[in-house]
Amino acid sequence: MPQRYSALSLFQQGLTGQKGWKPAWRSPEPKPAYDAVVIGGGGHGLATAYYLAKNHGISNVAVIEKGWLGGGNTGRNTSTIRSNYFYPESVALYDYALKLYEGLSRELNYNVMFSQRGVVTVAHSEGEMEIASRIVNAMQINGTDAELLGPEQVFERAPLLNRGDDARYPVFGGVWQGRAGVARHDAVAWGYARAADRAGVDIIQNCEVTGFLVENGRCAGVETSRGTIRAGVTGMAVAGNSGVLAGLAGFDLPIQSYSLQAMVSEPVKPCLDTVVLYLGTGTYLFQSDKGEIVVGGGLDRVPSYAQRGNPPMQRTVLSGLLEMFPSFGQLKLMRQWAGNVDVVPDSSPIIGPTPMPGLYMSGGWGTGGFKSIPAGGVLLAHLMATGDHHAISRPFDLDRFATGRLIDEAAGSGIAH
Amino acid sequence: MQLFPCPFCGLRAETEFHFGAEAGKTRPEPAADVSAADWARYLHAKKNPKGPSREIWVHETCGEFFLLERDTVTHEVTGSQSLRKGEP
Repeated sequence: MPQRYSALSLFQQGLTGQKGWKPAWRSPEPKPAYDAVVIGGGGHGLATAYYLAKNHGISNVAVIEKGWLGGGNTGRNTSTIRSNYFYPESVALYDYALKLYEGLSRELNYNVMFSQRGVVTVAHSEGEMEIASRIVNAMQINGTDAELLGPEQVFERAPLLNRGDDARYPVFGGVWQGRAGVARHDAVAWGYARAADRAGVDIIQNCEVTGFLVENGRCAGVETSRGTIRAGVTGMAVAGNSGVLAGLAGFDLPIQSYSLQAMVSEPVKPCLDTVVLYLGTGTYLFQSDKGEIVVGGGLDRVPSYAQRGNPPMQRTVLSGLLEMFPSFGQLKLMRQWAGNVDVVPDSSPIIGPTPMPGLYMSGGWGTGGFKSIPAGGVLLAHLMATGDHHAISRPFDLDRFATGRLIDEAAGSGIAH
Repeated sequence: MQLFPCPFCGLRAETEFHFGAEAGKTRPEPAADVSAADWARYLHAKKNPKGPSREIWVHETCGEFFLLERDTVTHEVTGSQSLRKGEP
């Protein structure tokens, strides 16, 4: 009988030396065949398996992961969740994810530590304030929460921001989304893994896909480092490796992979209780529950699968940090790392059938993969179970590159990714 | 800071360079006969290789477009070649 986590179980375990906890999921050997196989054991893949079981009653499912669970971008992102986008299609997608995040801890019986502390995107001139009010209007029309802030309202939310007369990027105001926030990224992967495992899904780690099994021109499963696994339907959610998997399947995607780096400072006392992004520097930051300042910025400029990030962009991000919060110049950095992100020309994801029949994908999330995990899971599960698009995923089909109906969020919301 | 070799200027800081596209694409012609799918493939689809890669870069300070051979995992540069006609 699977354990249910509660305050009572925590208390009981405390009295008995924490010795009664059981593994949160099994580590089964792969079976020769499944109704559905999901490639990628990160947040998106695990969520897809969970919703296949929950929404569609398909529990004879395997999640195949080449490394360890949540060891790719799910464990490397900066865990911000927001839906402050410009186009209706994007808000429908990201706000759906945000709504699912709002109930996720309860649904999964796993605390994902979602903290809705708000995101403020700071503008630095009259011109940028006009763009900011345009985004606020668009967000409100699209049905999500947004508020235009003046400079004093921004300083109220982040008192340590640079108020100097010599500021290169003075604070004129900003866009506020109060429902946005941060969550614990590992917990999202682990919560979905535990819930999917309970529903009967096999999570198979250390199992790399080396090719696709093709019968009559249709994907009939995958070849892996642990043998052939047949599948009624196959889905891939492999952030940072979409191009590699597409190469194995024999098609090209409109995706270029880059490194996106982040870093954390030493832990300090609470001094910042919201997420702050500067339009001018591209640097964003928040304070983690442990007290570390988590800092990120734009993409590296060099196409890469290196998962490490290069020094020029690190310098850019940190100069931005010093401009925004001069007092943070005293902080020492503890860690720096990078993930591979799959960047699409219009900065929107690709969700839908691939050129290989029987194979569906959810990828190209660029720098926005973590915030969209619950929605990506629901949508890919819907595609795999029904063969058809969910209304929310339809605009994000691969066919938009031929029809020209792009959803250009880099231009729309001014968020660089 | 990594140094990239410009065929015209020699080794320069990576921040002086801009990535253009993968090498080896040919624009489909004549335009009137090109389907939307083929045009989309030409504009957007790419191999995005993990490992050895052939890419078109521009050295922004001198304006030279050239072919850069590099590895997308190790970032090692293995070749740099001018795209000017008549040069090897």
